[in-house]
Amino acid sequence: MITEGKFGKYGGIFVPELIIPALEELEGAFLRYKDDEKFTKELEFYLREFAGRPTSLYFAKNLSKKFGCKIYLKREDMLHTGAHKINNTLGQGLLAKYMGKKRLMAETGAGQHGIATAVVGAMLSIPTEVYMGIEDVERQKLNVFRMELSGSHVIPVETGSKTLKDAINEAFRDWITNVETTHYLIGSTMGPHPYPIMVKHFQSVIGNEARKQILEKEGKLPDAVIACVGGGSNAMGVFSGFIEDKDVELIGVEGGGDGIETERTGATLCKGTEGILHGSLSFVLQDDNGQISEAHSVSAGLDYPGVGPEHAHLKITGRANYVAVTNQEALRGFELLSKYEGIIPALESAHAVAYAEKYSKVIENSEKTIIINLSGRGDKDMFLVAKEMGVEV
Amino acid sequence: MKSHQRYTAEEKNVVQGYSEMFLDVKNRGEGAFIPFTVAGDPDFETSLKIVQQYVDSGADALEIGFPFSDPVADGPSVQAADIRSLNSGMTTERCFEFIDRIRKFTSIPIGILVYYNLIYKIGLEEFYRKARKSGINGILAADLPPEESNDAVYMAKKYKINQIFMVAQTTSNQRINEVVKRCSGFLYVVAVMGVTGARSDIKKSTVDLIKRVKNHTKLPLVVGFGISKPEHVSDVIKSGADGAIVASAIIDIITDKLDDMDVAKDEIGSFCRELKHSTK
Ligand SMILES: Cc1ncc(COP(=O)(O)O)c(C=O)c1O
Repeated sequence: MITEGKFGKYGGIFVPELIIPALEELEGAFLRYKDDEKFTKELEFYLREFAGRPTSLYFAKNLSKKFGCKIYLKREDMLHTGAHKINNTLGQGLLAKYMGKKRLMAETGAGQHGIATAVVGAMLSIPTEVYMGIEDVERQKLNVFRMELSGSHVIPVETGSKTLKDAINEAFRDWITNVETTHYLIGSTMGPHPYPIMVKHFQSVIGNEARKQILEKEGKLPDAVIACVGGGSNAMGVFSGFIEDKDVELIGVEGGGDGIETERTGATLCKGTEGILHGSLSFVLQDDNGQISEAHSVSAGLDYPGVGPEHAHLKITGRANYVAVTNQEALRGFELLSKYEGIIPALESAHAVAYAEKYSKVIENSEKTIIINLSGRGDKDMFLVAKEMGVEV
Repeated sequence: MKSHQRYTAEEKNVVQGYSEMFLDVKNRGEGAFIPFTVAGDPDFETSLKIVQQYVDSGADALEIGFPFSDPVADGPSVQAADIRSLNSGMTTERCFEFIDRIRKFTSIPIGILVYYNLIYKIGLEEFYRKARKSGINGILAADLPPEESNDAVYMAKKYKINQIFMVAQTTSNQRINEVVKRCSGFLYVVAVMGVTGARSDIKKSTVDLIKRVKNHTKLPLVVGFGISKPEHVSDVIKSGADGAIVASAIIDIITDKLDDMDVAKDEIGSFCRELKHSTK
């Protein structure tokens, strides 16, 4: 490895020997191409023409009035396939092509990363397979169909918790077996080095745009940036634009599930302890023996017992704060944004909206400015939300 | 808590070291047969009887897995065994008790296979101290490459335990040199590109790997992953390996015969005798 890939003490390469050479190869390729003119031009082209960047920074006037401060929404929900995930899949997909890999393989929870991988696989003509926990396959049937329409093969995972954690286990096993031909396209700022820095790099376009846009619109930096945290990629992406601006408060919102005092939660940073899962040292939900717990959140994208290692570092150093909102609070955030702004958010993003309401009540200052990273749109969650609301569709 | 039943194998001076064992086996013109099982699969007492059967059927050393919820280097057989064991109430503490119990009937070397979080959670010092106390000879953490292993290697030295590492077909010669610097006891040679699980045949690439690794170290070479038939064992021993670890193929017998463990034990016994025979 060229760099150690650590954030303070977090991160690292805790993986079986068989895939270490692949990580070295990937690190080498990433460092070689990330600033390469041809590569960056091509990536910029696809981000613009295929994915629909830049996304707007939208002043949510109705919500601002309701919350009593200025709320801006970074509209990642407007991207092709409906979430920020495509920023990363375009970057890694293109990198895999430059590396001459013959196959893309990914895990997915909500299905958003799976779709974003599937369409990039189709667009770049690279065969693609996606592991998905059977429970998520049930919860997100439409996304499975979308992936298949895009020519990807979805492999249901029936082991363990049958959700994202086990889809990742299977993806690792696949990679161990097919490492020479396959690029494992990890969907968040997690996993072994170089994934956390690489995914952050490809997602940092969110923060770079948002910083420029808020300076244009407000003439000053925001007071706070709020984003939901599953594995941590949309949050890392938007945070990266403001991390050097010490006066900007960075807030990550985890899926609290039924509440962090209960067993049914996905709030890894709020409730977890240090541990090693899926290749890096970070925070994990685990028991006293180090057995990994199952996470719970109404939103599949936040339903993961681990979290990216850089977030662990930001938490410990105090640069970012991490909070959790419950399923019920997230559903209220979902309804609020839909009703007041006509924007239906992904359930993941609704967590950030819900926390913004709480936060605005504490600050009570109409001149304060908050950016909410609206990581995705809610189309995928329609059936689930209707069911939660007791509505038949 | 002090219990009159607990003694360290070291105090009784009954534990055989890896180098001693490999030398013995070599002097007999054989390779070492090292069966694997997950501690507590399907439950503590049955698992202990299975290990006893291994010993009675000619095992030269034992490889014992500590169950983990997310074993990414393992295939379906071992993962299912991990889950059965965890469901039966195994914890890391109980795993050490399990080794204590094995030490009551055998002195052959015992290696354990763990995932690093199990060590990290308890604390490295505590884990290695306990491992030493229960008479464990070697520790292999499946997800701990040399790059991350400074602390573990330090503790292994401090508590006189062999830290064992893996090499695979993807491991370059330069890397093999780095690995063997830190490794003691034996070097684990991964036979296949993939996770644990029974395979139909031994590939030429495995033979080539054994030969390549031999140029870089005098450490005993033990081949594992996918070794599932007597022919595989004799193939790798003939190619120059010093021993073979058999895991999934034996665990598959346990899995098949869960409702009749007596039959399973007999079958495991005769399978192990066959496997041992093929090291000669
Ligand atoms: C819309 C949306 N937001 C957020 C997430 C959580 O992932 P991350 O924390 O990596 O942004 C997901 C994951 O699927 C998602 O689909």
